[in-house]
Amino acid sequence: MPPDGERRVRGVRIADTFAEAFDMRAARVVITAQSSTWARTAAQSMTGFATSVIGCKVEAGIEADLLPEETPDGRPGVSVLVFGFDAAGLGQRLVDRVGQAVLTCPTTACFDGAPQAAERVIVGGLLRHFGDRFQSSKFLDGWRYWRIPVMEGEFLVQEAFGVQKAIGGGNFLILGKDQRAALSAAEAAVDAMRRIRGVILPFPGGIVRSGSKVGARRYKKMIASTNDAYCPTLRGRVGVTSALPPGVNSVLEIVVDGLDRQAIENALGAGIEAACRPGVIEITAGNYGGRLGKHQFHLHQMMR
Amino acid sequence: MITLTLKEAPSVPLEADMLSPDAIAPLTIEEIRALPVYLGKRQRRVDDFFTVEGEPGDELEIRGDARRVKWIGRGMTRGRIRILGNAGMHLGGSMKGGSIDVSGDAGDWLGAEMSGGFVHVHGNAGGQVGAAYRGSLSGMTDGTILIDGSAGLEVGMRMKRGTIAVGGLVRDFAGLQMKGGTIILRSGAELRTGAWMNRGTIVSLQPIPLLPTFAYAATYNPAFLRLYAKHLATLGIDLPCDEGEGAYQRYTGDAAVPGKGEILVWRPRAS
Repeated sequence: MPPDGERRVRGVRIADTFAEAFDMRAARVVITAQSSTWARTAAQSMTGFATSVIGCKVEAGIEADLLPEETPDGRPGVSVLVFGFDAAGLGQRLVDRVGQAVLTCPTTACFDGAPQAAERVIVGGLLRHFGDRFQSSKFLDGWRYWRIPVMEGEFLVQEAFGVQKAIGGGNFLILGKDQRAALSAAEAAVDAMRRIRGVILPFPGGIVRSGSKVGARRYKKMIASTNDAYCPTLRGRVGVTSALPPGVNSVLEIVVDGLDRQAIENALGAGIEAACRPGVIEITAGNYGGRLGKHQFHLHQMMR
Repeated sequence: MITLTLKEAPSVPLEADMLSPDAIAPLTIEEIRALPVYLGKRQRRVDDFFTVEGEPGDELEIRGDARRVKWIGRGMTRGRIRILGNAGMHLGGSMKGGSIDVSGDAGDWLGAEMSGGFVHVHGNAGGQVGAAYRGSLSGMTDGTILIDGSAGLEVGMRMKRGTIAVGGLVRDFAGLQMKGGTIILRSGAELRTGAWMNRGTIVSLQPIPLLPTFAYAATYNPAFLRLYAKHLATLGIDLPCDEGEGAYQRYTGDAAVPGKGEILVWRPRAS
């Protein structure tokens, strides 16, 4: 019998801890194109180098592929979520990324996917200057769209994008007996989590191998540094208090940003469930003792 | 809903700008019957011309041949007017919101200078649809006007924003001095379409005679028209935009101004 309060899923221990997450702001960008291939090409380009706000200013990822009937212009599309710390900064990053990655991509158009959001940031209204006064606008159903002439034809972009409250940094750690087992479990988790709307997994392939702790012990200017307690190669080293149970030789982390708490809970629940596979010893989470953010996602509650 | 049934078509135009949901909703049925209307220069009561029945509210139904009843729905901001028959000049003039549905024809100045709302005329309309009044700088600034039949002169004259879609043939000077917005000519137009237009879009699904001051630019499928196609599809109007069906020839002008407007002429793909 497991000790009181201990949870196991298919033999994998679920630690009685919580993932710590923080407030963010998010925008939903809908990119459409002549084909889903080109929509995805633009989306992948736009969400490149957007793994962590620490180094990339924003976190971004593909939320979902959209059917023609789900998009404003009736073409295949992709929904992208972009997260930042505040609306103003997020707006500037959107201008940069839409301008460099979507405007430049053949056949694309770009629309606001969060029209209900209270805050709005100007995106197309700034990108229009690329049109060198040859641009024109259309006003339909209360929204303004800019038509920017380009060599291929026209780039259509909505003037303003909604920015809403969101949560970033939801996570869990997969403690595996070896690298192969941890990666296989993480891939299964990502596959399950990417079916959930309202969330993104901003890291490469949805997986982080370099989980971090807040600050650093020796380099005071560092905002984050390696999570030594979960590095298998540091186990036994003087000054390191390892958090790894015996038998764990590789750890991978899944980080999830979401538009609301429910979306993150759904994603974490689906991910943890899928990650409980042979070779995984424990699932735990990045708990920073309340220093990272006010949102706590208790793993046992995610498994209900 | 209040129902007004025309007793007898007036011999001269009847000015009835009080026939709007904004004016009628807060009144009792007796007060509605006593509302002033003007027959020429003479002030009369609504019930001199209409049988008034029903419960006051945001919905108004007018029955009968009201082609001589002017200014219905003037400046309305909400509610719905349904006209079972024809409507006179200035229907929905300066309206800001709500909707008007006409089963028959509508007179000149339909939706002139409107800034919001929706008007659907199932028959024909007169001239100056969504236009600016004489001496005024701007015509309609938002909203949508659908006309299933034909329309008269100067449709969308000086319009700034909004959408006008006409199913039948449109007479001369559609989009005259247009400043913005979109006019969709499903059966084309007669002469001088887009004359002196500064900005805005005229879409014609049929070949139309163009002024020499419009220059051919390109043949393509504008992305923004897909938004309009989706919007208009909800109103029962089909706007082709699929590359498999054809493409639009873009003409820019009117260079006589010089203008930054465009006329898009649909060219179906040869089968």
